[in-house]
Amino acid sequence: MDRHALSVEIPRLRRYARALLGNPTAADDLVQDTLERAWTRLAQWHPDRDLRVWLFSIMHNLRVDQLRRHHLPTDTLDIHDIDLPTRATQADRLEVRDLARAVERLPLEQREVVLLAALEDMSYTDMAHTLNIPLGTVMSRLSRGREKLRLILAGQTPPTQLRVVR
Amino acid sequence: MSPHHVSESELHAYVDGELPAARRQAVEAHLAAHPHSAERVRAYAGHKQALKALFDPVLDEPLPPSLQAWTAPPATPHTANAARPWWPQWSLQRMAASVLIALVSGTGGWVLRGGGPEATPPATLATVSPLPRQAAIAHVVYSPDVRRPVEIGAEHEDQLVAWLSKRLGTAVHPPKLGAQGYELIGGRLLPGNHGPVAQFMYHDASGQRLTLYVSTEIPHNQDTGFRFAQEGPVSVFYWVDGPFGYALSAGIGKAELAQIATAVYDQLEHR
Repeated sequence: MDRHALSVEIPRLRRYARALLGNPTAADDLVQDTLERAWTRLAQWHPDRDLRVWLFSIMHNLRVDQLRRHHLPTDTLDIHDIDLPTRATQADRLEVRDLARAVERLPLEQREVVLLAALEDMSYTDMAHTLNIPLGTVMSRLSRGREKLRLILAGQTPPTQLRVVR
Repeated sequence: MSPHHVSESELHAYVDGELPAARRQAVEAHLAAHPHSAERVRAYAGHKQALKALFDPVLDEPLPPSLQAWTAPPATPHTANAARPWWPQWSLQRMAASVLIALVSGTGGWVLRGGGPEATPPATLATVSPLPRQAAIAHVVYSPDVRRPVEIGAEHEDQLVAWLSKRLGTAVHPPKLGAQGYELIGGRLLPGNHGPVAQFMYHDASGQRLTLYVSTEIPHNQDTGFRFAQEGPVSVFYWVDGPFGYALSAGIGKAELAQIATAVYDQLEHR
């Protein structure tokens, strides 16, 4: 296949990884691992298959592997998970970075679909292929994720489940 | 499913353009009859757009060397065994790249994460006036709004100018940025620190929006030259001219915004 086709997808992989992980270094490491795997498995890619969906699914699988390997959440516990009652009354809640913070507070599985829809404008079918989940699951995660994001940004605390330390 | 019942998933499918035409009409009828649902759908669509605006700047960042190396296939055949020889070299590249990224991040470029050091605007004026920050917040609040980005549209520019001039107590005019590829969408009145301030919004053919924030609240004579501040993903050029503080904000690169800011400055200067 055209080697150029793969490299033009790199900025999009970076954008999604950055949004998903928050940390630019970790995000670029994930993209790098994705590219390495993609080049070595290029023979497995079928020309009928959307290259972008294939690349994003490789990245997703790597991410799942990472989480499984470490048995640890890579999203760090942040202070905003703790001081929610005072947070909403503070005057700084319109600041730019709040959107990024709000996204970070979504559970990973909801963050994935919310970001794929927003950044990639990916169809539900492609999201299902990328994340290897049924179409109905894509839609229910999207509904829950977007509503939770809306409540966080509106300054209302969505019903929080106590997180088990994973 | 009953033709009249609209599910949560359908509201999202509506936002994402995933609904068949027949259901789209049903959803639109539902939204017309249920303002709260309509409000939520507007919020979902707004957040979708804001997220894209927030992370799109990553697309324009130059690739770090660690990723540059992967824009072409590795020289060796694609088998697991053959992968060995170039592994060590690649690890070194990765380390070097990490250092580079850390340096770049440290110098203030793209700091969005909570808890980290914040991108602070240049000290002198910023400590006196939060102009660039106010402008950046106004930019991120209103520019992603698809349906109501402005209070009065450019088609009523006369009314817009008359109204804003009256409320600010002095004549304000939106500059013409056609030569820079931007046309006026309209403007709105906003609360500043002590009273009203104005915001003019423009967009280019690609839909990229920029806002010009005009404040008449500058305390005393402290004219400045151009200053630049990076507020998260938003670039802001700002300056003070007599009683006016101006801030031009957009989610585009510094160099590109500088050209437009220069044009704005020239027009306002020679009015």
